[in-house]
Amino acid sequence: MSIHISHVTKRFGDFVALDDVSVSIPAGGLTALLGPSGGGKSTLLRIIAGLDTADSGRIEIDGTDATDLPAQKRGVGFVFQHYAVFKHMTVAKNVAFGLEIRKRPRAEVAERVDELLRLVHLQQFSHRLPSQLSGGQRQRMALARALAVEPRVLLLDEPFGALDAKVRKELRDWLRRLHDEVHVTTVFVTHDQEEALEVADEIVVVNEGRVEQVGTPDQLYDAPANEFVMGFLGDVTTLAGRRIRPHDIEIGLGPTLAGSVEGRISRVQRIGFEVRLTVLTDDGEVVTVEVTRTHARSLQLTEGMAVWLTAADGATTVPAMPAVLTAG
Amino acid sequence: MSTTLSATRGVGDGGPDDPPSPPAPAGRRRRRTTPRSTLTRSSGLALGIAMTWFSILVLLPLAAVVAAASEGGWDRYLSVLANDQTWAAVSLTVGQSLLVTAVNVVVGTVIAWVLVRDRFWGRSLLDVVIDVPFALPTIVAGLVLLALYGPNSPLGVHWAFTERAVTLALAFVTLPFIVRTVQPVLEELESDVEEAAASLGARPATVFRRIILPALTPAIAAGAALSFARAISEYGSLVLLSGNKPFETEVVSVRVLTFIENGNTASAAALASVMLAVALVVIVALDVVQRRVARRW
Repeated sequence: MSIHISHVTKRFGDFVALDDVSVSIPAGGLTALLGPSGGGKSTLLRIIAGLDTADSGRIEIDGTDATDLPAQKRGVGFVFQHYAVFKHMTVAKNVAFGLEIRKRPRAEVAERVDELLRLVHLQQFSHRLPSQLSGGQRQRMALARALAVEPRVLLLDEPFGALDAKVRKELRDWLRRLHDEVHVTTVFVTHDQEEALEVADEIVVVNEGRVEQVGTPDQLYDAPANEFVMGFLGDVTTLAGRRIRPHDIEIGLGPTLAGSVEGRISRVQRIGFEVRLTVLTDDGEVVTVEVTRTHARSLQLTEGMAVWLTAADGATTVPAMPAVLTAG
Repeated sequence: MSTTLSATRGVGDGGPDDPPSPPAPAGRRRRRTTPRSTLTRSSGLALGIAMTWFSILVLLPLAAVVAAASEGGWDRYLSVLANDQTWAAVSLTVGQSLLVTAVNVVVGTVIAWVLVRDRFWGRSLLDVVIDVPFALPTIVAGLVLLALYGPNSPLGVHWAFTERAVTLALAFVTLPFIVRTVQPVLEELESDVEEAAASLGARPATVFRRIILPALTPAIAAGAALSFARAISEYGSLVLLSGNKPFETEVVSVRVLTFIENGNTASAAALASVMLAVALVVIVALDVVQRRVARRW
C-alpha cells in the first residue's frame, strides 16, 4: 500500500504551501513528515487524504491514481491533532461510525468495535461520551475509529501535539508498538524531531514547501543533506567555519591535538546530567559545547578558563552557510 | 492487520454485550457525589436577586392570572373553553403557531447554514436584515404586510383577512429566532469533525444527518421554543392583517382583549392561563424531542 506523490504543488493565494513535491512512501512502514510549522507537511498529508486538493501533480495510493478521488473513497484513515471526536456519540458509536455507514451487520460491527477498543485499551470506556475521556484516551479512540474501516493507509496529523509531554511520550511508544502489530502503512506529521527520530522507520524532512531530505533516522542524523536538516534534527553550533553538534566537540586543556581552536569559557550551565559550555574562541566564534557532568568535573571546567576545542573523530559536520557565502 | 486482530479475538469471550453495565453506575455515583448546593455568600446573594427579580416580573403576575382565573372555579374554565368562538381562536392560534414553527425549523436552519457556510455578495447585508422582522414594531410589520398582500396588493396576492394572513404574519415576526440560535452553534462546529466523518466514508448527506444535525438540535429546539412562544402571543402584526373575524382569523390575544374590553376579566384570565399551559406543554415537549434526537445517534 505504498503512496507515490509526484510533482504536487499547492498555493493558498500568494503563499506557496507545496512547491513541486515528489516523494514515495513505502508500504507497511511508519513514515514521519518532519518540519517546522507552516512548512507544508500538514498540507501534504491532507492532500494525500483528499481533504485538500493539489493545484497540480498526482497522488497514487497502492498503485491506483487517487488524485481526483474524494476523501470518502480513498480508503484512508485520518487522525486529527484535536481528535475530531463525534461529541454526541459514545466511544463505541464513534468507533462503529465507519462500519455502520457501510451497513455492516450489527453483530459484526459490535465484534469489531470490541476488538478495536481492546487494541487501544479503552474497552471499559465503550459507553462513555468522549467528553468524559482524557486527551490521550480521546486520541486513542480516534485512532481506533480510523482503523475500524481497515484503511489502506493511516494518516496522523500532529497526533500528539495537543497532549502534555508525559502522555505524548507514552503514546509515541504505544503507536510504535501498535504499528508493529497492525502493519498498516502509516504517515504521521510532526514538528518534534525527537518524536520522528524515535518512532519513524523513515523521515521525510519538509521545509518551505519542499522536501529537504528523505532517509532513515540514522541516515538523517549522521549524514544530513544540508544545514537545515542538521539544524532541525538536533542542536548545532559552529566551530572553525563548520556546523557541528555540540556533543561532537572534544575539549582539551592544552593545544595537544592538531587543528584545535583556542578559546575561553564564558559560561558554564548545568542541565541535569550534562554541562553546556559557551566558549568564545580567539577567532571570534561563539561555540556551544556539551560534555557530561563527570567529564566537566574531571577537567575542573570553570568560567574564564582557557580551553582547546577539536571536532571529535567521526563527527558530522556541514559547512556553515554564511561562512561559505563570505568565502566565495 | 486483520490477521493480528483475529489473534486477539479469542481472548474476549465476554462478547459485545458485556461492557454496558460498568460505566452506568459510575455515572450515577458521580452524580451522587456532586454537592447539593455550591452556593457561597456572594453567589447566594446573586441567586437571591435573581429570584426576587424573577418573582416580581414573572411568578407573581402569572400567579395572579391563575388566581383570577380560578375565582370562578372549574365551571368558569369549562364555560370559557366550551365557547365555540374561544375554542376556534385557541385552535387557530396553536395550529398556526405549530405550523409556522415547523416551517421555521427548516427555513431558519437553511438560512443560518447559508449565512455561516457560504460566501457571497451581500451576505453581511442579509445577516443584518434577518433581524428586521424582530426589530420592527409589530404594528409596522402588519402595515408592511398589508401593503403587500392586502386589497391593493401590487403582487395581486389577496391574502389579507384570511387564515393565510395569520400564517404570513406569524412567519414574518418569528423568522429570526431559529436563524439566530443556530448560527453561533454552526459557526463553532469544527470542520475537522466533518472531515473525519468524510474520511471514514460518509457522503455529505450522511455527514449532515449524523454529525451536523445532532449538534444543531439543541439550538434548533431552543429557537423553535422561542418562535412558538412568540407566535402564540403575537398581536400587533395580526390586528391589521387578519381582520379578526370570529371563527376564521381571530387569534387568542385578540379574543383576550375582547373579553377585557367587555369587562369579562375572569374569562380573559381563564383563557390566558390556558395559553400558559399550552406554552409550557410545547416547551417541555420540544425539550424532550431534543434530548431524544440528540441521544438517538
